[in-house]
Amino acid sequence: MATVDDTEEKLPEKKPHREELTSDQQIRRRTLKAFALFGLAGVIPFSLWKWIKIQPKEAGLPKVFREVLKVNEEVANGYFSNANLAPTFPKDWAVKNVRVNGRDGLRSAIDKDAWRLKVEQPGRKARLISLDELKALPRQEIIYEFKCIEGWSQIQHWGGVNFAEFAKKYQLGQKDGSEAWYPYVGMKTPDGGYYVGIDTPSALHPQTILAYEMNDQPLTDLHGAPLRLIIPVKYGVKNLKRIGSLWFSDERPRDFWAERGYDYHVGL
Amino acid sequence: MKRIVHKHPLAIRWFHWINFPILVIMIWSGLLIYWAYQPYKIQIGDTVLFKFFPNWFIQALNLRRRLAEGMSWHFVFMWLFTINGALYVLYTFVSGEWRFLLPNRRSFREAWQVILHDLGIRKTAPPQVKYNGAQRIAYTVILLMGIGSLLTGLAIYKPTQFSGLTTLTGGYENARMWHFILTIGYVLFFVIHIFQVVRAGWNNFQAMVTGFEVEKKLPEKTPPAPTTPA
Repeated sequence: MATVDDTEEKLPEKKPHREELTSDQQIRRRTLKAFALFGLAGVIPFSLWKWIKIQPKEAGLPKVFREVLKVNEEVANGYFSNANLAPTFPKDWAVKNVRVNGRDGLRSAIDKDAWRLKVEQPGRKARLISLDELKALPRQEIIYEFKCIEGWSQIQHWGGVNFAEFAKKYQLGQKDGSEAWYPYVGMKTPDGGYYVGIDTPSALHPQTILAYEMNDQPLTDLHGAPLRLIIPVKYGVKNLKRIGSLWFSDERPRDFWAERGYDYHVGL
Repeated sequence: MKRIVHKHPLAIRWFHWINFPILVIMIWSGLLIYWAYQPYKIQIGDTVLFKFFPNWFIQALNLRRRLAEGMSWHFVFMWLFTINGALYVLYTFVSGEWRFLLPNRRSFREAWQVILHDLGIRKTAPPQVKYNGAQRIAYTVILLMGIGSLLTGLAIYKPTQFSGLTTLTGGYENARMWHFILTIGYVLFFVIHIFQVVRAGWNNFQAMVTGFEVEKKLPEKTPPAPTTPA
């Protein structure tokens, strides 16, 4: 790759440039030099590999990878917009057999009649909201392509209450006495077996729903009854089932899969 | 007396050799991602000819249960792949190298002659400047494939933010399939490329390191000796 003939890098217009060399020895010297530099340059990718391998791990990933993923997240925040919507489809395109993928947070029993959504915010008393109260808010439906981080996708039909509407109604998310929003929303199942952290702009995206219906029927247990999150700007892993509590915060809430080596943001 | 013929500018050699390990990492991390959902196969009627991928392959490359790791490598090295590729395209057009690279009117007929020659049907290879017609077509197609990988990759990386692009590339599932097919294309290209480089011999290969080929000085009036291509 590197060579000594730097002065001859300029290309002639039509034909490759020819140069007389007086001896085989000169040619051999130039060849050897180029190959020596080539071998030396080969140390670069090798060292890079080694350097990545010895990086301290941060939640399962080399630290430098976490830093790049953070940059990717900032880049993504740069073009994120509420005007960018997940494509939606006619109702009869929605699948009847909605795929279930993972039962973390759903392994314990639940009394759905006694269930209340617990809402917390710094400096306030926790608030309990019943499903009927949520159902009294305007209903929003979405039929879109749900995307799993594993790579599969499925057109699914969900119904519930728009998250931004919900936050507005209960005056959540904004810091007391100011317009500023808390940067994150955390959610977890009643047993704490599954938990997610979401950046507030994604939670407030117009297609984010607190869903209580699937295919026009109440949610089944395995799909997260009585209430789950549907957030089309994220992979399935963030679409928490069986929401127990929800809170806004300044700190990044813990995230089940981010603790297991996945990117925290996973925005779509 | 021998002469040297300048063939590959320093910049092109850098781009070429930097791209190689990056592409290896992108393909390997792509396999780690693909493992988590493996829908593709080649099938005639009900007969599956080849499944991507057979168990022996997955086992041999140790691809199991490494999705998170694969995604992290993929989304870190995508930047290097993109930057190196963009610089290569920029350099090729600014330096005038594109004249040697892009196919011209004669390239398609010439490529056919090259194929016949390579198969031993035709005695002589057509004369060439730097690359023959088959090479021009192959190296231009691989460049377009790179752009295709970036676009289909972006379409499945941010299908909501760039939903227009995702629709344009056939929708989320099709974009993922094309992203995969292009990768298979790189692997096929690589196999043929290596075969041709070996066949073309040392003088051609070393030019990608040194930049020049060595030419035995020929008597006057003889056209430039066609270097065997890779």
